[in-house]
Amino acid sequence: MLYSLIGLILGLFVGFYSPITVPVIYAPYVSISILAALDSVFGGIRALEEDSFNTNIFITGFFSNALMAGFLAYFGDRLGIQLYLAAIFAFGVRIFQNLAIIRRSIVDKLFLKNDEK
Amino acid sequence: MKDTARAHIMIASVCFILGMLLVAQFRSVQISGGAATALQRAQELSSQLKTVTDERDVYKKELLELRNRINEYENSASKISGITDAMKKELEKVRMSAGLMAGTGQGLIITLDDSNLPRQPGEDPNLFLIHDEDLLKVINELFAAGAEAVSVNGQRIITNSEIRCVGPTIIINSVKLAPPFIIHAVGDPDTLETSLKMRGGVIESLQVFGIQVGIKKQDKIEMPAYAGPIQFNFLKPVKAGDS
Repeated sequence: MLYSLIGLILGLFVGFYSPITVPVIYAPYVSISILAALDSVFGGIRALEEDSFNTNIFITGFFSNALMAGFLAYFGDRLGIQLYLAAIFAFGVRIFQNLAIIRRSIVDKLFLKNDEK
Repeated sequence: MKDTARAHIMIASVCFILGMLLVAQFRSVQISGGAATALQRAQELSSQLKTVTDERDVYKKELLELRNRINEYENSASKISGITDAMKKELEKVRMSAGLMAGTGQGLIITLDDSNLPRQPGEDPNLFLIHDEDLLKVINELFAAGAEAVSVNGQRIITNSEIRCVGPTIIINSVKLAPPFIIHAVGDPDTLETSLKMRGGVIESLQVFGIQVGIKKQDKIEMPAYAGPIQFNFLKPVKAGDS
């Protein structure tokens, strides 16, 4: 958890001081990609808590999710179907599920410590 | 333990990328602006429009004043000698044909208003409104019947008057006009009326769609002068014998 927060803050700083911007036309697609990335991070933390973390799966999942979500949103725009809703729905539900699992495992750990005392 | 350390580093690096993406996205959203900035821009533009229209009104008044002064100069000049007097008469004639002088005379008053027929669902509502083309047709017919001067809602039609659709209004001499359109025409009232009321003519074609047309003969019609600016930026006169 701590590592991920440090990484996030570092990324914010680097992004803030480097002149990267997203072209305005692509902004909606990038926002979907951000959602996918967020989902990957939560999935990774959850896997850590469950001791089933696999680096390769995590990394490929991150990139394929982010790219596919952005592409889906773009493709849906071309077709006139709001395909990005599928991505928002899938990732949104998963993020909250993962969040619940992470919270449970953290709470369990805390109470285990207390019980040991 | 080594594995979990690697996992932490992986997650941290992914979070790093996520952070950069977030900042980039935040920036582009700021550039494109939300609804709040759009509203602000609209307010800014409307206030600008108001100042510009106020300015225009001031200039219009100034223009009228200057034209009056020119008239005064001409009057005083015509008193000096016979040549200037003749020149002034010639000038008046030219002004009349250019539409720069107000005048009176007998003629017609034509009132055009949008249709009040009950509209059937599925019918094109555009058919029941007065368009620039309808006005153009009526004015064209009037001139063809020998009208000497025509004005629409107080806008004198001169050689380069435009009649054009601008949204729900019609623009003439850069002034927006809305129905009802009251057309004043100076000329022989009987000829003008018969030309409009011709079988299969303009009025008949308008009345098919229920457009309300009123025609009234009048002995004295006040014809306003053209009040806008006249500028020739590109047209140069050719002197006789030059070509």
